[in-house]
Amino acid sequence: MAEQAQLLPGTLDLLILKAVSLGPLHGYGVLLRIGQISDSALLIEQGALYPALFRLVRQGLLKASWGTSENNRRAKFYELTTAGRKRLRDETEGWNRLATAIASALAAQPEEI
Amino acid sequence: MKVLAWLRCVVAKLFHQSQIVDDTDEELRSHIQLRADDLERSGLTRSEAERRARIEFGGQVKYKEECHEALGGHFIETVLQDVRFSVRMLRKSPGFTLVAVFTLALAIGANAVVFSIMNALILRPLQVSHAESLYAVERGSNQAINHSFPDYVDLRDRNRSFEDLVAYNVTGAALDTGNNPSSVWLLETTGNYFDALGVRPYLGRFFHRSDEHGPNSAPYIVLTYWYWHSQFQDDRGVVGRVVQLNKHPFTVLGVAPPDFKGTLLFLAPDFWVPIVNQEQVEGLNVLNDRGSRGILMVMGHLKPGVTQAQAVADLNSIGSYLEKTYPKDDSHMTFSLTTPGLAGDWLGGPMREFLTGLMLLAGLILLAACANLGSLFAARAADRSREIALRLALGSSRRRILRQVFTEAVLISLVGGVVGLAGSIVLLRGLSAWRPLSTAAPNMTVPVNPDAKVYLVALLLAVVSGFLFGAVPVRQILRTNPYEVVKLGLSRRVGRRITVRDLLLVTQIAICAVLVTSSMVAVRGLIRSLHSNFGFEPRNAMLVGASLSTAGYSADRLSVMQKRLIDTLQTIPGVKAVGSIDRPPLYFGANSAIVFTDKTADLRPSNAAAEAVLYNVSPGYFDAARTTLLAGREFTWHDDESAPRVAVVNREFASRIFGSRTNAVGGYYKDGDGTRIRVVGVVEDGKYASITEEAQSAIFLAALQSPYVRGTHMTESTLVVRWTRDPQQLATVIKSRLRDIDAGMPVTIEMWDKQLNDSALFASRMATLALGVLGLMGAVLSITGIFGMAAYSVSKRLRELGIRVALGAQRWEVLRAALGRAFRLLAFGSAAGLILGLLATRVLAYIVYGATPRDPLVLAGVVLAMALLGLVATWIPAQRALSVDPLILLREE
Repeated sequence: MAEQAQLLPGTLDLLILKAVSLGPLHGYGVLLRIGQISDSALLIEQGALYPALFRLVRQGLLKASWGTSENNRRAKFYELTTAGRKRLRDETEGWNRLATAIASALAAQPEEI
Repeated sequence: MKVLAWLRCVVAKLFHQSQIVDDTDEELRSHIQLRADDLERSGLTRSEAERRARIEFGGQVKYKEECHEALGGHFIETVLQDVRFSVRMLRKSPGFTLVAVFTLALAIGANAVVFSIMNALILRPLQVSHAESLYAVERGSNQAINHSFPDYVDLRDRNRSFEDLVAYNVTGAALDTGNNPSSVWLLETTGNYFDALGVRPYLGRFFHRSDEHGPNSAPYIVLTYWYWHSQFQDDRGVVGRVVQLNKHPFTVLGVAPPDFKGTLLFLAPDFWVPIVNQEQVEGLNVLNDRGSRGILMVMGHLKPGVTQAQAVADLNSIGSYLEKTYPKDDSHMTFSLTTPGLAGDWLGGPMREFLTGLMLLAGLILLAACANLGSLFAARAADRSREIALRLALGSSRRRILRQVFTEAVLISLVGGVVGLAGSIVLLRGLSAWRPLSTAAPNMTVPVNPDAKVYLVALLLAVVSGFLFGAVPVRQILRTNPYEVVKLGLSRRVGRRITVRDLLLVTQIAICAVLVTSSMVAVRGLIRSLHSNFGFEPRNAMLVGASLSTAGYSADRLSVMQKRLIDTLQTIPGVKAVGSIDRPPLYFGANSAIVFTDKTADLRPSNAAAEAVLYNVSPGYFDAARTTLLAGREFTWHDDESAPRVAVVNREFASRIFGSRTNAVGGYYKDGDGTRIRVVGVVEDGKYASITEEAQSAIFLAALQSPYVRGTHMTESTLVVRWTRDPQQLATVIKSRLRDIDAGMPVTIEMWDKQLNDSALFASRMATLALGVLGLMGAVLSITGIFGMAAYSVSKRLRELGIRVALGAQRWEVLRAALGRAFRLLAFGSAAGLILGLLATRVLAYIVYGATPRDPLVLAGVVLAMALLGLVATWIPAQRALSVDPLILLREE
């Protein structure tokens, strides 16, 4: 397993929104999807996922419904709402801006000043 | 409607919530199953896969709870959960719960009682409309509440600050409704009284200013609802009926509404009459006498927008006009405003101070109770540290555990508060129905029924104290390390010399010792004041009130009647001496007047030599009252109108005006009119207006000469009868003899010492009673506190004690090991409390005569009481420590 990084505070919500935006998922599926799209580089405690999911549902960014998993188990599936889609767009832009800024700041060389 | 909607919302949420809980459970379960499926696929057995999945997931309960919190709005549900859990925990330890509830009920009950008395007498306004702008007018720097009628008229007509000013006066009279003359209390008021106060009649009509047409022009009566209810049986036909008031016909005009009980909080009158009929009611008309200041009280509503300061300035300018215009009668005419209802600051001032002091002490009781419960809670938390550690280990947050502890504390305090409030309501009901001075003034009341404000304060106190003692174990819980506790078992605290619990116990004992000390000082003071020298001997004497004026005798016949009464009583066997006095000393204040030296020519009030208490006495009074004659002679029946004016003065007067008592006899002084009066005798000093007063000058005038003395009049007089036989029997004889003289004359007979208890000593008796009760509460609290601490420490150290016994320790040594600490804390707390208490009782000296903290008996008493309390409280724990059987103990552990 590759070396895993701790999540920055607040980034879990963004990752969940991204994962769900690629198609409805149940909780365990969200975990797998995040692992898949991040090359297993991010460490997420399994249990900690759920309070975050509940919070997003309460904020109206996700909606949940019970369904059946691929191996025939009952599971609750989450999908993005319109508000969730908009939030994901905004947060992604914000994150990109921040990342660019930090990256360029960190890349600064002495001769550039 | 809003409330209903809210309730529906809450209920919906609660039901919905339980649905969500199941939902969450299922979802988390499904997650673990899915994970286990994956793990199984990677080659693990099913059970191993499920185990791994659960471990990977982490604390299920914890995440479930976090999910709940993420959903928000579950506050009520958590509270309900906490409450349910607390109730279960408390039911598991009924002893603890009972002690805690009882302690709090006591403390909160005490606070509720004191607060409702304060609320009723000080905070709650009179039951009139716009009570907030109603003020009573006080005069001079000593804030006198009495005014003369002509002064009142000037104030009323010349001021620009008040809507209207009313004046009223309290007096007793005899009412005859056709059968039997009975003693009544009434307010004589100006005609505008009801109109100015905005009171509407319940029945019939009230009298108005337009009804006043000079002396005795308005023989009308307005009944209070309660007098009408009890004496006229709610007879609506009473309006228009003519009754005999002091043998004069008066017409009943109407009945006042039930909630209007006059304008004095502590005295509910039977009815009101117009003050223009003063001569018929009191036997004398002083309405035109500017220098005569009875107990005429003045009050009124301020005009809208007028401030207190503006009104005072307005009144003062009238005052200086009056001083200039009537220099002989009016001096010190400055005014101030106060809240009406307690006879101004005369009664209100000391009452406010005393009640504030009492409230403080009650607050201390509550604080002591909180300290008590705090240490109980701390001990409980220590005992429960295993449970708390387990809950922490299972993923419960510390915040949640603290919340639960606080829920428990507040639950206890609320139950305690409700019980305490219920108890206090019963007590207050009794107090409201109580007539403290049943014989002297049956209308004296203590109107202290609790209202919403009292309930609110009690509730608030309960919640605050719950948080206060709930906060004690917080640190303990925050520092609990689940790992250590579960691994090692209960940690024994080693090396810490002083714990929070010890400090709390010392604080509590100190507070209780303060209460015990102050109650003992008060009791000692009361006992001493009962045995001090009043300048007369109240024991073995009775007071016979033969109300001549209410029997319809006019002023010129009074003195003749007086002599007849005294002569009659003197012939009864068993009567040693008889004399009359217009108003017995120490009976609700005293009349006083200014006097001048014989050489003073300019008789302005500012040139006065002294202000002296004034009594009119008959010959034989000093003998009957046992007032020692120091020099000269006492009065004889020859000191009458035709003889030169004479007086007997007290020693203080003699030394102040004449330098010595030998100089005084035969000397002259001038009264306010300039009349020269010769001093014929000097008697010992006494107490006149109150038992706490400094030595006062006093003048005794010959009763036969005094009807003609301006400003003092003999409308009332009391016969002092010194007896040598069974007083009950004697009283019947006296009554029948007086009835022979005049059957229509109301007669009251009272033992002098009992009457003194009801009047002059009333305040200190009430103070002593209140402090005694608080002291007792303090004692009970310290017993529960010490008991709790001792019982706990013995139970914690049973094993150690068992080992000591097994190794051959003596009983004495076991006791010392078990209870030494409790006793050390007790001694320390008592000493601190004693010192504080002695400092605090300096304040007491103002109320309770002779209350001095420097009293070896009090010191010894407090020490003894605290030692006894300690003994009582540690008795059971000590028995338990002594009965330790090392064999059983060692086997059990």
